[in-house]
Amino acid sequence: MRFEWTVALRFLREGGLQTLMIIAAAAAGISVIVFITSFLGDLQNDLIRRTLGVQPGIVVRPAEEVARPLREGNEALPQIQARVQRLRSVDQWQPLRQRLENTAGVRAVSPVAAGPGLITRGDTNKSVTVTGIVAERYAAVTRFNEKITAGEFHLNPGDAIIGTDLARDLGVGVGDKVRISTPASPGDAYQIRAIYDLGQRSLNRAYAYVSLPAAQALLDLPGGISSLEIAVDDLFGAENMAQQLQDTTPHEVESWMRANPQLRTALNNQTIMTMLIRFFLALVVAIGVASVLVVSVVQKTREIGILRAMGAPRARILRVFLLQGALIGIVGAVAGCIGGYALTSVMSQFVRADDGTQIFQAHWSSQLYLFTLISACVLGLAAAILPARRAARLDPAQAIRI
Amino acid sequence: MSAAVIELADIRKTYNEGTPIANEVLHGIGFAIQPGEFACLIGPSGSGKSTLLNLIGLLERPSGGAYLLNGKAIQEGDDDTRTRARLETLGFVFQFHHLLPAFSAFENVTLPGLMLHGEVTRAMRDTATRLLTAVGLAGAMHKPPNQLSGGMQQRVAIARALALSPQLVLADEPTGNLDTHSADEVFALMRDINKTQGTAFLIVTHDPRLAARCDRVIEMRDGTIVADALQKQT
Repeated sequence: MRFEWTVALRFLREGGLQTLMIIAAAAAGISVIVFITSFLGDLQNDLIRRTLGVQPGIVVRPAEEVARPLREGNEALPQIQARVQRLRSVDQWQPLRQRLENTAGVRAVSPVAAGPGLITRGDTNKSVTVTGIVAERYAAVTRFNEKITAGEFHLNPGDAIIGTDLARDLGVGVGDKVRISTPASPGDAYQIRAIYDLGQRSLNRAYAYVSLPAAQALLDLPGGISSLEIAVDDLFGAENMAQQLQDTTPHEVESWMRANPQLRTALNNQTIMTMLIRFFLALVVAIGVASVLVVSVVQKTREIGILRAMGAPRARILRVFLLQGALIGIVGAVAGCIGGYALTSVMSQFVRADDGTQIFQAHWSSQLYLFTLISACVLGLAAAILPARRAARLDPAQAIRI
Repeated sequence: MSAAVIELADIRKTYNEGTPIANEVLHGIGFAIQPGEFACLIGPSGSGKSTLLNLIGLLERPSGGAYLLNGKAIQEGDDDTRTRARLETLGFVFQFHHLLPAFSAFENVTLPGLMLHGEVTRAMRDTATRLLTAVGLAGAMHKPPNQLSGGMQQRVAIARALALSPQLVLADEPTGNLDTHSADEVFALMRDINKTQGTAFLIVTHDPRLAARCDRVIEMRDGTIVADALQKQT
């Protein structure tokens, strides 16, 4: 291959501006592909995080109760009244939690006891979901600790955490006392320990967090929980994982995808659009490389004729041009990766969420860059196939006459 | 007498064979070139000299007749076999120099070796230096072709044709584009290599002055050989 390398490199160098321009074009295309790819992952994760709020990747809750007719036989029942869904505990949740924690792909598991309740200050009542949690576990699943805007994320039995909008409605702040009650319990006084902000007004009015034992007492679920919330390593694999878990428990297992079908559809569409854009960018780069090589074959007809007359077989001429395609691809990809990284760094400064945080960050993903390099090399090779075959098929006797 | 380097018998070449515009340009050519021979091929334009040279150089296939290279019917082989034979047995010198512009004079001369062996060895470099010195280009070895005069380029082309010590060098009007002085130099160089190294030459030329200095003159007209004579050199 020494001969092929030598000739390919010389031909590219001889191409001068032509070579530089096609490498620049390839680099521009590849840098946008790299940018879109690294940007999309962050963007989607951010979107999911913001939209789901404190929803975990997977929730395990008691299976719904269904009405079971006592009469058997063929007699048609005119109507079956659906049962009311009571607040019930996840049966045997402690061993289940341990088993889930040891499952591959599970990042954290948090027991939650949640049910309807009222939060009262003076003569104002607001209905809330009373949510009993173990602070550290809940933080591990939902990153709730990052949403705290005042006070500290820690729950003793007499403590409560509420959202900013609910706090404003009630006119309370950290350290103030409120009363939390439920249909099952007249309730007790709780001290506001912290205020959270999930970025959505409705969510900021929805929950009153208390410690797990407090919620169990309030909701009349002694020792029980209403759900197990699971954080998974791969958000997009949540549905598959949920289905696997479903097969092993009698409880209902639901992924965020099934709970939020529109969000999932939106994300899927976004992924498809991005893939299309990347595909067409790659196609444009490939066509560019191919057209420059076609021109180069025409320009170098005489040289190819000389090489053939000197004794270079067709296969070698073919490889000389394939190599040129691959080299343009690789050099373009290296420049494109650097350009893509730079583009991501610059854009991440400008594209921000409404709260001023960066939606995405430039990170050096060696996996992405390696993949880009290999793909660009294959792309360059593929683009060079037609021109290379054309070069190899030149009739040397005619070529040297030019 | 040793075996001929090339032997042609009743060689015919028809372009656009089998079509209404079929045109036979060679009508039964037959001759042989012995090792160490210094022959020239003369004739008016369009008499088929270049076509014949391309046939001998395995760049084209004859439409009929027999062609043996070192006693082998190499023309029958596939493209790779013929290409290989071209690299190992033959050297080409063209009218328009035909050096590779992207390579220096020295690299042009080492290219056939790189092609054959896949690397440029010390021995190849030494050979290239020796050849380029022999053709009087010791001082211009590493210049690119576009910085050399026509005569110098043609001398590089001769050095390149000799790089793998071929048995036969085919030269298609090697002096056609040169002034009289350069033409004389280039011709003298080929003559000298023929004498010292025993390389056979078949030179196509229009120049009767140069033809007069060859050992053998083959004259073509309208696709046939009309004269083939040895001549004594003083």
